Amino acid sequence: MPPRMDRRLAIKWMLAAGGAAMLARPRLLAGPDGTAAVPAGKGYGTDPDLMKPYKPGDFWPLTLTDAQRRDTAALCDIIIPAEGSHPSASAVGVTDFIDEWASAPYPDNVRDRPVILDGLAWVAAESQKRYGTSFADATAAQRLELCEVMAPEAAKDSDLHAAAKFFRRIRDLTSSGYFSTPPGMRDLGYVGNVPSATFDGPPADLIARLGLTDDVKW
Amino acid sequence: MAGRGAYELGTPMAFVTPSTTAEKYDVIVVGSGAGGGQAAYTLTMDGAKVLMIEAGRSYDPRMETPMFNTYDQAPLRGAGTPAKPFGYYDATIDGGWSVPNEPYTSASYEPGREFKWWRARMLGGRTNHWGRHALRNGPYDFKPYSRDGLGFDWPIGYEDVAPYYDKVEMLIGVYGNNNGLENTPDSPDGCLLPPPKARIGELFAAKHGKKINLPVIPLHRAVLTRPLDHKTIPAKLHPGNLRAQKIIAADMQNRAQCFWATACGRGCQIRANYQSTTVHLPPALDTGNLDIVANGMVREVTVDDHGKATGVVYFDKTTGMEHRAQARVVVLAASSAETARILLNSKSNRFPQGVGNSTGFVGKYIMDTVGADWGGQVPALENYASYNEDGAGGGHAYVPWWLYQQQQAGKLGFARGYHIEFGSGKGMPGGAPWVPDDGGRTNFGLKMKEDARRYYGSHFGFSGRGEMIPNDDSFCELDPTVKDKWGIPVLRFHWKWSQHEIRQAAHMQRTFADWIEAMGGKNQKAPDPDGTKAIQPGGFIIHEVGGTIMGGSPKNSVVNPAAQTWDVKNLFVADGGVFVSNADKNPTLTIMALAWRTADGILNQMRKGNL
Repeated sequence: MPPRMDRRLAIKWMLAAGGAAMLARPRLLAGPDGTAAVPAGKGYGTDPDLMKPYKPGDFWPLTLTDAQRRDTAALCDIIIPAEGSHPSASAVGVTDFIDEWASAPYPDNVRDRPVILDGLAWVAAESQKRYGTSFADATAAQRLELCEVMAPEAAKDSDLHAAAKFFRRIRDLTSSGYFSTPPGMRDLGYVGNVPSATFDGPPADLIARLGLTDDVKW
Repeated sequence: MAGRGAYELGTPMAFVTPSTTAEKYDVIVVGSGAGGGQAAYTLTMDGAKVLMIEAGRSYDPRMETPMFNTYDQAPLRGAGTPAKPFGYYDATIDGGWSVPNEPYTSASYEPGREFKWWRARMLGGRTNHWGRHALRNGPYDFKPYSRDGLGFDWPIGYEDVAPYYDKVEMLIGVYGNNNGLENTPDSPDGCLLPPPKARIGELFAAKHGKKINLPVIPLHRAVLTRPLDHKTIPAKLHPGNLRAQKIIAADMQNRAQCFWATACGRGCQIRANYQSTTVHLPPALDTGNLDIVANGMVREVTVDDHGKATGVVYFDKTTGMEHRAQARVVVLAASSAETARILLNSKSNRFPQGVGNSTGFVGKYIMDTVGADWGGQVPALENYASYNEDGAGGGHAYVPWWLYQQQQAGKLGFARGYHIEFGSGKGMPGGAPWVPDDGGRTNFGLKMKEDARRYYGSHFGFSGRGEMIPNDDSFCELDPTVKDKWGIPVLRFHWKWSQHEIRQAAHMQRTFADWIEAMGGKNQKAPDPDGTKAIQPGGFIIHEVGGTIMGGSPKNSVVNPAAQTWDVKNLFVADGGVFVSNADKNPTLTIMALAWRTADGILNQMRKGNL
């Protein structure tokens, strides 16, 4: 989340930005008694230790099977393959993140879980049908081919509607999971999160290229 | 009692338990946020013995703020959940739209009629995560009825509050500058810190905003862009009080200036921004005059046979035990709605409808801020070379309301204004960066990565924040049946926007869409033409004020111009409840200025023996 924004603004910006909508969205789930939303005794509660770094599985068990995780990792690495010095998605823990996401007790996760599990089941079955092997063990060309089947938008009455929805969701989760890691942030071009003595503003050549000046009354 | 130097790293900030409170205090302050923090600061600096009761747990931002943690160190990559609605690293703990064991209800759950109540049960309350937007109300904002015949005038004016705005700005540290714009007050020399330089997106938006007459100026935010002037400010804050000057001078030197990294919403370990827990409470504790009880859920104000407040009844949430505390004066700063709830629950033979409610105004005229948002993408900012633009952890620029003349001439169709907050740039990615579809296909692979880099930083987000006019259909009362875990009746909210707010929301989106086009961008959809879809639900902007409004007579208000209840002379309100109108300016700075003014009044009355 761009740290300069007001929190609500950031949330709305991300909503407007489409694929980012899943993260940091405020939940408006208070039922008639105002408390229905928080799953009691699950999740991380309302007062977790924020200073402690966590890893998937620390709060709730991961639930994907080994076969599902292998297929997930293969999907992630087609969506975000290694590129030069930049690692692939699975190399920075995105498989674990998707497993964590699909296994979490919160409403977004509960809603996504069948999309993910049904999608993985479709991928496994389709791979067996087409290639006689699991998706993870199919050839690179076969894996890419199956992704190309899932990628196009599919109407509600299409046989591929659920698969297309699953692929879009996995793409968004893979992208979120990857670009929120330090290697992913470097790949994207984020250079902040380091303390500085001064804030110098944009570089002069950038200001000039955009036809701007910084001599406004500031 | 807390001693000098008590605010040392690692020292818990709750210094007393219900069993170790003193027999009696000068003042009980209920709540520890902007209003309670400021009231306790002002009172203790002048020697009053204060007991602060906070419904949430103790909290120390120096020990608990995940400053540089990246999202991959958080569960679900930091995504918001019902337990942490604004994301895992948001400073709020034990808070949100719903709080365990503490329900509230709405009289209607129809769209547009439901009210959402955000609470933060923690020391410092919502000040720990707020946007740090610190705007002064202007002269018009205290006399809205006189200008357009709607709502109510305050019984006080800008000139009454201005000296306290000066003091609060000097105490907490606010960056910004003076622009001489209508109803957008300038601060006297020495009040403001220099604004940070604009980011590239802010410069770009400022230039192209001129095409549609938008004045983009530096935002005012409570962040230290340089250290506070500890040599001259203390004497201005506490003239003649050398001990207070010494304490605050020492504390100012323990606050670092911003190091231009990390989002303010996480809180600030180095105390570079304002939170009650880093600015108000440390020096107040250093006076030795402040005791704090955490986890204390106040049920009611107790009143004696003479109609004077004697103290409060509260529950220790950790034990469920009921306790009483006594003081000469009670100050409620529990947040506007919670303060109304406490008053309504303070029933006795003398006050069968609740203390302060003899004329039936407690809970009436609650207001939130009108909010509508928009986003868009600007091709000119694609692929610009990265530089570190974390900046001050929030916005550097904004647009104050600029159409006073057109509005006064009746040309807009709505009576009150709004300001614009906006952001763009290459901030820390917290979710999937936006990418376009790849010709009707989900974009993936190296093409998706290339697009993610290309579009990163080229999006703008806009938020309009506007004034709501108080109305008879927006109020809170006690729910006739629902109680919280401690058996305390809860609030039931009633809500309705008027056409002034709904049309204002439509105007916001139209303006934002025009601004995107002025920057050469394209809007992905058309703005909501009538505003009913654009406007955010009531309470959503978390600027709820009113409910114990200030007035010149008990016939139209709960408190007098000194924020003293008409019913009980030693009972005061020091939060947003006293607001008579809710200007587009974010309420926090005004809450603090009024709380300082109210506490000064209490001290004067105590010195005169009136309380």
